[in-house]
Formats: sequence, C-alpha cells, structure tokens
Amino acid sequence: MDAIVLWLTSLFPQMAVPTARLIVHIVYAAILSFVAPVVLVVAFTYMERKVIARIQDRVGPNRAGPLGMLQGFADAIKMLTKEDITPAGADRIVYNLAPGLAVIGVVLVFAVLPVAPGVIGTDLSIGILYVVAVGGIGTMAVLMAGWSSNNKYALLSAFRVVAQLVAYEIPMVIAIIIVVLTAGSMRMGDIIAAQNVPFLFTLPVAFFIFFVANIAEIGRSPFDLLEAESEIIAGFHVEYSGMKFAFFFIGEYMHLFVSAGIATTLFLGGWRGPGASEASILGALLGFVYFLAKTVLLIFAMMWVRGTFPRFRIDHLLDFGWKFLVPVGLLTLVAVALVLKLPFLSSPVLQWVGLLVANVAVIVVALAAVSLAARRTRSVALRSVAGAER
Amino acid sequence: MPTNVVQIVVFAILTLMTLGGGLGVVSSRNLFHGALFLVLSFAGVVGYYVLLDAGFLAAVQLLIYIGAIAILILFAIMLSRGLMSQRQSQRNEQWWIALLVVVLTFVVLAVVLWQVDWPVASDQALASPSVAISQLGQELLGPYVIPFEVASVLLLVALVGAVILARETET
Amino acid sequence: MIPLYWWLVVAAALFCIGLYGVLSRKNAIGVLMGIELMLNAVNVNLVAFWRYVTPQTLTGQVFAIFVITVAAAEAAVGLAIIIAAYRRRDTVIVDELDIMRW
Repeated sequence: MDAIVLWLTSLFPQMAVPTARLIVHIVYAAILSFVAPVVLVVAFTYMERKVIARIQDRVGPNRAGPLGMLQGFADAIKMLTKEDITPAGADRIVYNLAPGLAVIGVVLVFAVLPVAPGVIGTDLSIGILYVVAVGGIGTMAVLMAGWSSNNKYALLSAFRVVAQLVAYEIPMVIAIIIVVLTAGSMRMGDIIAAQNVPFLFTLPVAFFIFFVANIAEIGRSPFDLLEAESEIIAGFHVEYSGMKFAFFFIGEYMHLFVSAGIATTLFLGGWRGPGASEASILGALLGFVYFLAKTVLLIFAMMWVRGTFPRFRIDHLLDFGWKFLVPVGLLTLVAVALVLKLPFLSSPVLQWVGLLVANVAVIVVALAAVSLAARRTRSVALRSVAGAER
Repeated sequence: MPTNVVQIVVFAILTLMTLGGGLGVVSSRNLFHGALFLVLSFAGVVGYYVLLDAGFLAAVQLLIYIGAIAILILFAIMLSRGLMSQRQSQRNEQWWIALLVVVLTFVVLAVVLWQVDWPVASDQALASPSVAISQLGQELLGPYVIPFEVASVLLLVALVGAVILARETET
Repeated sequence: MIPLYWWLVVAAALFCIGLYGVLSRKNAIGVLMGIELMLNAVNVNLVAFWRYVTPQTLTGQVFAIFVITVAAAEAAVGLAIIIAAYRRRDTVIVDELDIMRW
C-alpha cells in the first residue's frame, strides 16, 4: 500500500503524500465494499455447489456458460428481478434495516484483514479484538430480521441464532486469546510476523477450536440450525425476497471468506510464504496468492465438513460448545501460558516443541475425559435398561 | 483549522446519535424499538471513545454493550413477549414529577460544570496521550490488581447467580 | 480540540435521560435500559477526564473498564431476575412486583 502511495506521488509530483494516501484508501475501500462482494459470492457459490455436488456424486451446475461458471450471474439476475415483499404486520423500518446491517457487519472486518504484504485497511493495535467486536453487529441484524418479520418461525430461528452465536463466541475468543498470548500482540501485522512456524503446527488445539467455532459462527452445516429447513423452514430470512434476501446471501458468503481469511491470518501465517515480501510489487502479489490459496483451502475444508457431517440437534450443539470446546479451550490457555513462561524453553525452537507437547497433552486429556463420560452415560443407560427388563 | 471542524461535525453527529437514541429509549412505546434505540445510543458512545483516542475501550464497548448487553436485553424482551403487544402507556403516574426532577438536575449539573475551573493538562500532554494497550494491562495488573481480582470474582458470582435465578426447575 | 465542558454536558444529558427512564418506566426491562444509559454517561465522563486531565496515565480507562464489568454483571443478574419474576408472577411491571411490601 505504501508502495502504491509512493508510485502515485512519483506519477503526479504535485500531489501531497496524505492526499495520495487518502485516494489509495478510498479506492481500496471501494474495491472491498463493491467489487469484492460480487466476485466472492459468485465464485464461492459456484465452488460450493461444485464441491458439494462432487461429494454427493453429482455434477453440479453445468448449463450456464462453460462448466456452468455463469450460474452465479444467472442467479444474481434472477434475484434482482424478483418482487420485493414486505409482509403485513412487519415492522417496516427494522425489517428494511436488517439486511443492510448483515452486510455492514461483515464488510467492517475487511478493514483489518491483511490480504497481502503491506495491504491492509488499517493495522489497528487492537486488530483481532476489533474483529470480535464487529461480529456482534451480524448477530443484531439476525435478531432484528427475525423479530420484525412478524413470523413465528423467523422469531424461533432468531432465538436459536442468539443461543448458538453466544455459545460459540466464547470458545472462539478463547482460541484467539491463545494466539494473542503466543504472538504477544493483537495487531494483525505482529501476529503474522510471529508465525515463523504457523500456529497451526504449534497450537493445533486452538486451531481446531477456532475452526469449529467459526463454522458455528457463520451458521453453516453441521451448525446450520438457524436455517434448518425441516424444523423452522428457512430461518430468520424466511420472509425476505429479492434484493433483501440477496443481501443476507451476500453477507453469508462474505462472512465465509472473511472468517477463513482471519483463520489464515491467525493460524496459517497469513500471506507468508517463500518469496512474499513487502519490498516489491511482485513479492506483494506472491503474498496475495499465498493468502488466497490458504483461504480457499480452508473454505474447501468447511465445504467438506458441510458435505459429510449430519446436522446437530440444538441441545447437542449447545452441549458441545459449553461442555467440550470451552473447557478444552481454557485448559489449552492455561497450558500455553505455562509453557510460554517456562524458563528453560528460552530458544524459539524449544518453545515450539513445548507448545506442541502441551497441545498434544491437552488432546489426550480431553479425549480421555470424553471417553470416560461416554462410558459412564452408556453404563447408566445400560443399567436402566437392565432394571426395566427385570 | 479543518481537523477541528471535522472533529466538531463528528462530535455533533455522535451527540445526535447518543442523545437521540437515549430519548428514544425512554420515550418509545414499543420496548423492542426502545432496545434498538439503546443500540444506537451505545454506537454513539463507541464513536465518542474513538474521538477520545480510547480505541481499546471503543472495541470493548462494541463487544460488551452492543454484542452482549443489548442482545441480552432484546432477548429478554422477546421472552416476555406478552407485554410487548400492549399499546397502553409505558409510563407510570409519576412521570411528570420525574421529568421535572430530571430537568432540574440537568440544569444544576450544567451550571455547576460550567463554573468549575477544570485542571486541564498542558497542550503538550494533551497532544500525546498514552494509548498503548500494554500500558493498560500493566496498570490493571499492577496498581489496580485488587479491584481487578474483585471484578473477576464479581463476574463469577454474577454468572452463577444468573444461572441459579433463571433456572427453570423449582427447588 | 473539543472543549472538555461539551463532553461533560453531553454526559450529564445522557445521565439525566437515563435517570428519567429509570424513574418513569413501568416495565422492569425499561428501567434496566435506563440504568445502562446512566452507566454509559459515567463512562463517557471517565474517559473524557482521562483524555483532558491525565492523558499520561491510564487511570480513567482502567475505571471505565471496571464500570463496564459491573454493567455486564448487573445486566446478566438483572435480566435473570426479571425473567424469573416473569415466570412466577407473569408480569414485569415494576408496580405490580410488590410482594415484598407486606
């Protein structure tokens, strides 16, 4: 970004540096908020439909354009031409405000997402905290949509969303705290700089917790209870049509990309890779490619999960969040804090090994506890069955 | 002084949000709308913190007030749904006395605040506030460690208390 | 910079609006919202004083954090009480929750 500013000022010598910087930032913001949504939604709906189709032994979209690549545009045109409905008895202002908020909440995260070396909206010192804080806006949008639609299924769905998002925000924040503790900073740039070895390899438990909680936060299968078709029709946006529905749709796919991008930054080293550097345009482009590749890899993993796991039941979902992810996260947090303070692990390599050992220990303890609990419930169940037979 | 003008305009907009939202909270008949006005007011306060160079507090305000407290309040309103549809007055009989008291309080406060000569720091100190989060952490775990621990105990007690109070089963 | 007095007046106004909400609302949740407004006003004051009077030490921000903590705890317990009262008595009107009076 600084390189572009420099280039602009060399191109127009009479332009002052702050002006050039302002122009660059405005252009960047415009790209992120107008071009990125369209590109991301079209690309990822296509990818998702193809991947899911392959998992389910189908071909997927193949009619519009070569290999069905224009399917996304066809859907977009259909969306635009649909009738715009506001249900009777809906709270008009709140109803129309909700779709916009759903998108805004996601777009705001882009401001601190480092997509390439030196390319970031603003490298806030509270970067990752900002991401978590802005996440609340999306929850608010869902709640507003569910309530204002004047539809009991929408309202039920909104209730579920709040329960789910609140339950899974906590393990997510714990996983983030583990990363912040290890990196020693909440600034995105510092977190990337700290990952000489990506945190995926030193903190696998934190990555697992973050990944699972992330899927739940986006509300994708197997955590898509908020839109479980068989239970509550389409969820909180059941009354929305046309463009307003498209807003929720755009918000969902952008959220998918943004949260995968954040996971990449936190655990996969962001744009880091051989040859990526801030110094040259080529290095920056290479960094962007690395970032995109890692992010798409994560998104593919999420689609894979969606294609292979059955949907959770609401009580199982809450149990899994509160009784498994949160305790494991807290245990990892304590273990990591302990390892980071151990005096004899002074060299970085030793520290990485120590972190890895601590994480593996946490996995072992967690699995042992889970199997113990499972055995106990099973024996209780067996005993009650035996008692009934007698 | 263009930056000063920008600051004043931003301040005016934020004040409109905060106080307008606040008025909406106390005057709207529909409690759900009241809660949404509350969110607007909180958002204005987030802007205030940014304007005051307290970025960390702005994020915390967004996270806790909007992300947790406002959503909790909306949730409670939706759970006690029977009361929302009532179109009767949401004010009690003593509201005009309250209004009188409140207006008087505000006038007194404004006058008193105007008369005090606040010990504002030197221009040099104002220009360079300490905004490092690490320093905030040092303060919290240094001189203020006992309030910090008490606050954490308070949160724990509140957590347990809320769970016990809201439990469905009669004991 | 904006004069300190403006911040203090705005905070005072917000506090008074919240106070009016607390005094005049029938609904317990409305009362709670008024309290939240008052706590916010206090926080604005604290942060403004930090910025204008002692910008070199972070005392004001630290206290604002404590206020936020207390506000969160208060909201959780308050709403739990309201929900419990609603379950038992089927009302959240403050005037009708008067069983402690006799």
